[in-house]
Amino acid sequence: MDFQSLIFIAVGSIFISNFVLHKFLGLCPYIGVSKQLDSAVGMGMAVIFVMTIASMVTWIIYNYFLAPTQNNLIFQWCMHSQGNPPDLTYLRTIAFILVIATLVQFVEMVIHKLSPGLYRSLGIYLPLITTNCAIMGVSLLNINENYNFIESIVNGAASGIGFTLALVLMAGLREKLEYANLPQAIKGAPIAFIMAGLMSMAFLGFAGLSF
Amino acid sequence: MKMSKEFIKGLYKENPVFRLMLGLCPVLAVSTSVNNALGMGAAATFVLVCSNTVVSIIKKAVPEKIRIPIFIMIIATFVTIVQLVMSAFFPALNKSLGIFIPLIVVNCIILGRAEAFASKNSTFFSIIDGLGMGIGFTLALSVIATFREILGNGTWLGIPVLPDTFQPAIMMILAPGAFITIGYLIAFLNWIENKRIKN
Repeated sequence: MDFQSLIFIAVGSIFISNFVLHKFLGLCPYIGVSKQLDSAVGMGMAVIFVMTIASMVTWIIYNYFLAPTQNNLIFQWCMHSQGNPPDLTYLRTIAFILVIATLVQFVEMVIHKLSPGLYRSLGIYLPLITTNCAIMGVSLLNINENYNFIESIVNGAASGIGFTLALVLMAGLREKLEYANLPQAIKGAPIAFIMAGLMSMAFLGFAGLSF
Repeated sequence: MKMSKEFIKGLYKENPVFRLMLGLCPVLAVSTSVNNALGMGAAATFVLVCSNTVVSIIKKAVPEKIRIPIFIMIIATFVTIVQLVMSAFFPALNKSLGIFIPLIVVNCIILGRAEAFASKNSTFFSIIDGLGMGIGFTLALSVIATFREILGNGTWLGIPVLPDTFQPAIMMILAPGAFITIGYLIAFLNWIENKRIKN
């Protein structure tokens, strides 16, 4: 593993295949929480934080409990490394959602205890994140792309940054849009979608980016 | 009377995509062709009906405080069933839907219906509600996919519908097309609603 490939993964997740504008993950908060800049920044920070930790934890769960390898801990403990390792990958949807739901609750409690200031700014966004498909999405993508542990963490953090970038840009635009004189029918969500489309078009330009 | 009302509300008045704006991620991601849209719609409808059924059966036995994790586990079970069936019998569809099949588990529509409807109503009405919402979701998905496939590829369900002189707008198949299509469709429905209220 070299440093360059990590940078490549990071730039790829932030710009080229942006989580919201290219992969269509995490659209509910993207449309729902992008009305004010402050809350967009708060939500973005919470997503980066949870995504990084979730990528770490789900990678460990997948590679040490579900994947049919010699390192599988269930294979080592329950079957004493006899015979073939069990293929439990079909359980990954259930395992991941359980882990993510628990993790978000746990992170919320830890932040509440350790840093009340951070909790006040991130706290209300954390419960929203459990059903955010971006977290589950990044965990599944890490597995599909066969990333190793470090690559998974970098991809998790970079995907979160990409999400925050799109969310903050959108919130800035929508705050200005309050003063625009729009037709009644297009106010609110429709214009947000059309703007997202134009932003997505701009982000397509990054597809030509190469090192 | 009530039965048809519960069924029809999912199609237009409380359409999960256009009215409630729930579960948008798969809607935008898989609406590149009508074929994918129907596959996704069928998978989501199956999960929705099954989870509504189970949730309404066990609603009295579920403790109030841990109901959400229990609902999520029920949904995850059915999503796993869909995933296994799809990879066994429809490998091509499974490949083009990709991670959006496991992501049905975090789709807000399914948890939303379990929480808002199935945990309060009888099994029969929960099934009707699940069917209505699922078909409404499929319908919305197919409408978006129709626009995108015809404009972006010149075909509908794989059949060429436009003359050869038509230059397909690749943009409609790419990400921006999805956002712009759904934006204009919601604006159009809002416009109709506003007109109806005025009259």
